[in-house]
Amino acid sequence: MNPVIALATARRVLDQLRHDPRTLAMALVVPTLLMVLLRFVFDEEAAFDAVAPALLGLLPFLVMFLITSVSTLRERTSGTLERLLTLPTAKLDLLLGYALAFSLVCLVQVALAVAVSLSWLGLDIAGPLWMLFLVAALDALLGTALGLLVSAFARTEFQAVQFMPAVVLPQVLLCGLFTPRDQMASFLEYLSDVLPLSYAVDAMTELTRHVGIGADLVAQVSVIGAALLLSLVLGAATLRRQTA
Amino acid sequence: MAVLVSGLVVRRGGREILHGIDCAVPEGSVTGLLGPSGCGKTTLLRSVMGLQRLTGGTVTVLGRPAGHRDLRRSIGYCPQTPSVYLDLTVLENIRYFASVIGAPPADADRVLDTLRLGAHRHQIVGSLSGGQRSRASLAVALLGEPKLLVLDEPTVGLDPVLRLELWDAFAEIAARGTALLVSSHVMDEAARCHELLLMRDGILLAQESPDSLRARTGTQDLEQAFLRVIREHEAQNPPAGHTTEQIPS
Repeated sequence: MNPVIALATARRVLDQLRHDPRTLAMALVVPTLLMVLLRFVFDEEAAFDAVAPALLGLLPFLVMFLITSVSTLRERTSGTLERLLTLPTAKLDLLLGYALAFSLVCLVQVALAVAVSLSWLGLDIAGPLWMLFLVAALDALLGTALGLLVSAFARTEFQAVQFMPAVVLPQVLLCGLFTPRDQMASFLEYLSDVLPLSYAVDAMTELTRHVGIGADLVAQVSVIGAALLLSLVLGAATLRRQTA
Repeated sequence: MAVLVSGLVVRRGGREILHGIDCAVPEGSVTGLLGPSGCGKTTLLRSVMGLQRLTGGTVTVLGRPAGHRDLRRSIGYCPQTPSVYLDLTVLENIRYFASVIGAPPADADRVLDTLRLGAHRHQIVGSLSGGQRSRASLAVALLGEPKLLVLDEPTVGLDPVLRLELWDAFAEIAARGTALLVSSHVMDEAARCHELLLMRDGILLAQESPDSLRARTGTQDLEQAFLRVIREHEAQNPPAGHTTEQIPS
């Protein structure tokens, strides 16, 4: 591992985003706009308060999943990944570079959404604000890691984008946003127990309702962290130096 | 020898691409890999870079098995398709790869000069012409001081003047002790090489210097010489089971 290469990679990924201002603007602003939309759809603070935290956990995950799956697919098909792997680049350098760049983007994204939600939309957060950013960043990184992993199974950008409904939407349906998880049929509840997004949403909800950092929150954050590490390891395994 | 290939067999998708190649690339010289498109040149170069899983035989690069991690600081590679980021400028691409390799920042100017890309340094690679993109990709391979440079058809689509200058640059790099392995399907570039590898249908037909090839085949024209080598080979190994293309005289 070489921190110089990891930092250079993060800078390169940010440079790429900078040259694509429309993508960057959408990644940063769309989550906030969706929060605003949601608030007016409910037209009632209590109902918004019930769903908003889940969305704050979900949106960074979603956006980073999409951006990463397409950009790593490009890296795979354009030959730049292969080239990098003939150079002194460790796989971890690449992963860290991507993770660093995208978590920066995600922090700005969440900061905007949280600022608007707290100041204008009337959302209340009982827990510490820094913890909310930590959970959001972990969610974004989880999206990044899963996006990287699925990009190995896509040959075209069309296929990569299709992984959004295939991999992400089932998690959204099962994460407790529509029906509380403990009220689902038991096999669905078990299924939701092994999906990482459920914990992201639980952690966000916990944070907005309870003062301080309880044992539940710590457990949820640990599960997200473990899922993140697992997907990073699996994702790294798909970066192959050699082809048959 | 910078590269030593022995008994190299590569099978891909159930088809044998390389049927037992033996060759060597000496240090401090330019070795040209020539042959028609589809004959296995790229597969051989990828094997040298350690990117290709081998079915049989060995490839030794600078005393280590191809793809060894210690080699990653000493080998420059330019794949056939331009492998740079289309959404970055030329300079951003070169700076990124320079920091990955650990080349000094001043190196960016040197390779931009060699490839005559100075005027385009701040242009997004995706907005450049095909030839300019290949030059940007080649510039990356020239960064640092590689002991071995593997270039896959680096001069395709380039302006003839620039092509000439590039071959001068290759000779200069070789004179500093670097081994260059350059593939091409243009015979007039063969004359610029110190050593030639002639390939066809996954078989190495000959490894020798241009002079020795001319002398052996009794012609000054390397294109003709290559044709004679092919015919000689076919006379000795009549094609079994399949018809080969007719070779015009």
